[in-house]
Amino acid sequence: MTTLASPRRGAPSPGGVPSVGRRLRVDRRYLPVVGTLVVFVLLLVVGGARYDNFLSVGVLANLFINNAFLIVLAVGMTFVILTGGIDLSVGSVLALSGVTAAYLLQSGVPAGVVIPLVVLIGSLIGLLVGAMVHVFEVQPFIATLAAMFFARGLCFLVAPESIPIDDPSFVALASWDTWAGGQWRITSSVVIALVVVAVAFYLLHYTQFGRTVYAIGGGEQSAKLMGLPVARTKVLVYVISGTCAGLGGLLFAMFSRSGYSLTGVGMELDAIAAVVIGGTLLTGGTGFVLGSVLGVLVLGLIQTIITFEGTLSSWWTKIVIGALLLVFVVLQRLLALRRT
Amino acid sequence: MTPSDAGDAGSTRDARPEDARPVVEMTGISIEFPGVKALDGVDLRLLPGEVHALMGENGAGKSTLIKALTGVYGIDSGEILVDGEPHRFSGPGEAQAAGIATVYQEVNLCENLTVAENIMLGNEPRRFGAIDWPRTRRRAAEHLATMGLDIDPASSLGSHSIAVQQLVAISRAMVVDAKVLILDEPTSSLDADEVARLFAVVRRLRDQGVAILFVSHFLEQVFELSDRMTVLRNGVRVGEYRTTEISRSELVSRMIGRSMEVLEDLEVRTEHAVDTARGKPFVRAVGLGRRGSVQAFDLDVHEGEVVGLAGLLGSGRTEVARLLAGADRSDTGTLSVKGTDTRLRTPRAAISRKIAFSSEDRKAEGVVGDLTVRENIVLGLQAERGWLRPLPGKQVDEIVHRYIEALNIRPANPDALLRNLSGGNQQKVLLARWLATAPELFILDEPTRGIDVGAKAEIQRLVSDLAGRGMAVLFISAELEEVVRLSHRIAVMRDRQKVAELTNTDTVGVDDVVELIASGGDR
Amino acid sequence: MPTSQAAGGFGAVVRHHLFWPVVALVALLAVNTAVRPGFLSVSILDDHLFGSPIDILRNCAPLMLVALGMSLVIATRGIDLSVGAVVAISGAVALTFIAGAPDPASTTTVLLAIGMALALGLVLGVWNGFLVSVLGIQPIIATLILMTAGRGVAMLITEGQITTVTSAPFKMLGAGYWLGLPVATLVAFGVFALVALLVRRTALGMLVESVGINPAASRLAGVRARTIVWTVFALSGLFSALAGLILSSNVMAADANNAGLFIELDAILAVVIGGTSLAGGKFSLSGTFVGVLIIATLSLTVTNVGISPLVTPLFKALVVAAVTLLQSPAMRRKLLERTRRRGRAAPVAPSDKPADVSTDKVVA
Repeated sequence: MTTLASPRRGAPSPGGVPSVGRRLRVDRRYLPVVGTLVVFVLLLVVGGARYDNFLSVGVLANLFINNAFLIVLAVGMTFVILTGGIDLSVGSVLALSGVTAAYLLQSGVPAGVVIPLVVLIGSLIGLLVGAMVHVFEVQPFIATLAAMFFARGLCFLVAPESIPIDDPSFVALASWDTWAGGQWRITSSVVIALVVVAVAFYLLHYTQFGRTVYAIGGGEQSAKLMGLPVARTKVLVYVISGTCAGLGGLLFAMFSRSGYSLTGVGMELDAIAAVVIGGTLLTGGTGFVLGSVLGVLVLGLIQTIITFEGTLSSWWTKIVIGALLLVFVVLQRLLALRRT
Repeated sequence: MTPSDAGDAGSTRDARPEDARPVVEMTGISIEFPGVKALDGVDLRLLPGEVHALMGENGAGKSTLIKALTGVYGIDSGEILVDGEPHRFSGPGEAQAAGIATVYQEVNLCENLTVAENIMLGNEPRRFGAIDWPRTRRRAAEHLATMGLDIDPASSLGSHSIAVQQLVAISRAMVVDAKVLILDEPTSSLDADEVARLFAVVRRLRDQGVAILFVSHFLEQVFELSDRMTVLRNGVRVGEYRTTEISRSELVSRMIGRSMEVLEDLEVRTEHAVDTARGKPFVRAVGLGRRGSVQAFDLDVHEGEVVGLAGLLGSGRTEVARLLAGADRSDTGTLSVKGTDTRLRTPRAAISRKIAFSSEDRKAEGVVGDLTVRENIVLGLQAERGWLRPLPGKQVDEIVHRYIEALNIRPANPDALLRNLSGGNQQKVLLARWLATAPELFILDEPTRGIDVGAKAEIQRLVSDLAGRGMAVLFISAELEEVVRLSHRIAVMRDRQKVAELTNTDTVGVDDVVELIASGGDR
Repeated sequence: MPTSQAAGGFGAVVRHHLFWPVVALVALLAVNTAVRPGFLSVSILDDHLFGSPIDILRNCAPLMLVALGMSLVIATRGIDLSVGAVVAISGAVALTFIAGAPDPASTTTVLLAIGMALALGLVLGVWNGFLVSVLGIQPIIATLILMTAGRGVAMLITEGQITTVTSAPFKMLGAGYWLGLPVATLVAFGVFALVALLVRRTALGMLVESVGINPAASRLAGVRARTIVWTVFALSGLFSALAGLILSSNVMAADANNAGLFIELDAILAVVIGGTSLAGGKFSLSGTFVGVLIIATLSLTVTNVGISPLVTPLFKALVVAAVTLLQSPAMRRKLLERTRRRGRAAPVAPSDKPADVSTDKVVA
């Protein structure tokens, strides 16, 4: 083995500093996210060119405020999709959490009890899904579909009609805001969403759990044979997604000051679309949580542009998102083809 | 690698003292699956600092025994001692923690992650609870260095060859300071250089005192590398032998449990007296090539002729086959079938011109596991007819029974699901699928790889017989010895290029072909 | 598992893929009969058959058609999420055309409208098939595109309104009767039977399964894998369009937002309840048939028992969970272990053994 003594190309220098060649090259794995970033900037440019006041701090701040719950959902969905699974239940769980919160608050239960409780409802449903997927080997699509129906049914059992929320401490929490840099408005939901993103980033990139999530997406059998805790991780990603959905319900309740059993119908599709547009492959194993955030912002920006346009009917949003999905999926496909 | 000299090549060092305490001692291991007794009272002991070969035909229980040791399967009875302590692992994770690491045949790493991540996954150094990435990369680089692997730890694993991935898998095994390293068919997709490199690493680990359990179908490699061996047959241990004290033919007869007649079958040698000059070739490729796959080559295959394709893995053997079979499209050159120029854009096009192609990747490109043996056999024929014209049931039965009998497919049950058959029998079903389409050119890419000795002999005989009955055959195998015995002519591939072609006579031997591969044809 | 004869006749019945679905259906019918003893009775009124069973048969017609296409798509390893959108588009096109025609009640107009809707459904199916079989995009994503954009397109066609028309010939399709039976049922069951016959009498079924189990091997064996995948998506589009016509004809309105909402989920449920795996390969149209009946009966049961129909999803979830859990490989293994142990009082064996034997299911 003469190579022992020979200088090693491209390997990190002893100090762990990456070599120049590696630093300059854009890693293939980041390409889809870069694409999303380009689309985001393009949308900003188009919007800025067409409408006055579009490129204002207010519009951008509202992008975060209006989509805080979707960011949280997309973060949870990213974990699941990275393992190669899918979670269709998040829209219904969000509704269940919101309705339950409104119902309990209206019944006089203090917010300090209600808030952790409804988040836990999400975790619990996630745990049930995880158990179905892992212990009984039910396909994620079906298990989360069952959970979706289950949660939606429970919503109507709790309260079929919309319940307003006027609990003072909850309202106080919901209406708390601050101004960053003078003009950038940040609400409590934005803070919560950003904390969730930060925690998710840490979990995915700096813990063994996160690495196992990626490994499962790369090959579950391999991960198992590598001795990684596949079973626990698979259950946990659904718990995380459920928890995020529970938290999302809370944020949505803060946003709408009410709980209604029909909220979040089809919202799982928005979350999935955001994750896919954010560059995560549905086959699992590749993608980044920050990409998903960017995906949510792109969806939000499309909505904003259509609102600014004024003359366009709301259904154009769906058509544009569909078209954008198409472009992204085809581009990703071409990228994958070139690789082989 | 030649049969003549490899016999004593492995015995260059003395076996370790056998009175050392075994690091692993398995006694009376039994495992039963529904309807099958997979292991029946098997013993195995591994000594520190030895390479121990685990031998047996497919279905003998080798992988089951490995999986029993690593906790993938629970055992029904028996005892496993590791360093004298009784253990029962509930999974690979626990086995690893006890110092037993495994590298599987199909590299079981994650291609989407980087080399460093794969090596360190699950054992990353941490700081304040978080993974310390600089230190992780550094340690991965150190492990790669001790393997003599010159690759960037930050590159993605999927961008490397299978051989490199295999070595990365071993690096990973050594991160946990394994006392026992299990190598399950590690060389089945490596070329000679890569095997040499792997063996150098294995020997070094052995000299450091690691006990190595080595499973391989390549007898030469086993004799070259191992110190002792345990032979299994039908889930029972036949015996334990020192490699220096058992001959090749003794080993084979213990593995197959039959007398030497099957071994003689292995000696099928095709009659060389075929007049290739007669008539036009069935298929003629002129300047056929495909960018990034194989350089332009000329090749003729005549009726009644076996043309062997020799070369190392990655030399372009498979690529040639795929072009001739329409599995890939050529971008240069012309191909004529029976004198008519054609372009084969799809496998269908090739099939309709009576060209059959049995892929080297049986699992991914051949076996339709959840369909029955019957459906698998008629699949090709039915696909050719189209879905609107189903084969009459009576005709199906007739065809299926004919081939089950002719090819000795076991179990002889047309309604068994193909995935429940052994590798050798699956291969026979696939051959039946192609023979049922009555091909005039049969392209066989590694038809005998990874199957047991008996089935191997049967398939070799079949190839010889088919040519004898006038079929044109293109035969590809990594085992040069097999190519030399069966072929009338041999085309030699190297670096994605056809470098030589020679007519086989009784005087041509493996050495001549090796020489051509090594020299690249320009002497 | 190869040892199917081990437990004798009853075991074989239990292990039959239709056993648990049929048990679920019978249980649902039993619950209904217990609540309302006359549930299963059918009477004749105005030359029509009336009664809950007939309601079930009529209500399940659109789902039957959608689930039929879905079964074939799933068998090729695909999934079609866009069927609900196609249902909406088909209804929107037909009703907008009829509403804009000079004589909405003329048979020619109606036939033209039906033809247009079916042709458009076929085109949309072909579009999905193109994305999947030619561009090689994962089916779930490829059809997610049309699922997302499709309802927008339907809104575009109806200009955001709920289009209503009056046209006797068109009403026949969804609400009419022939020989005492609902036309919708006759159409759906007729198409279903025709396709079932086609699939098993020709080699289509085997080739579809072969493509679903191992696409690469099928291609090399000369199967036109691409054409087959393309065909099943096209058929799914066509059947969904027909379902959309029946639905819109039943209410004589095209509601772009709500027509066929969640029908893709119901259809997937029906297929899975019927024992076809989402992983593709082996499929069972008879299973799908029972699955559709279960879902239709369930909806009726909930109202019959006196629970708000809004809670129906909860019961769907329970049925799905029950059936899929009973059919899950893990559960089957446990049942197998039990019969095995009872059979010969063997020592207790760890239950996870055969699970990892099949490493051949590679998720590509």
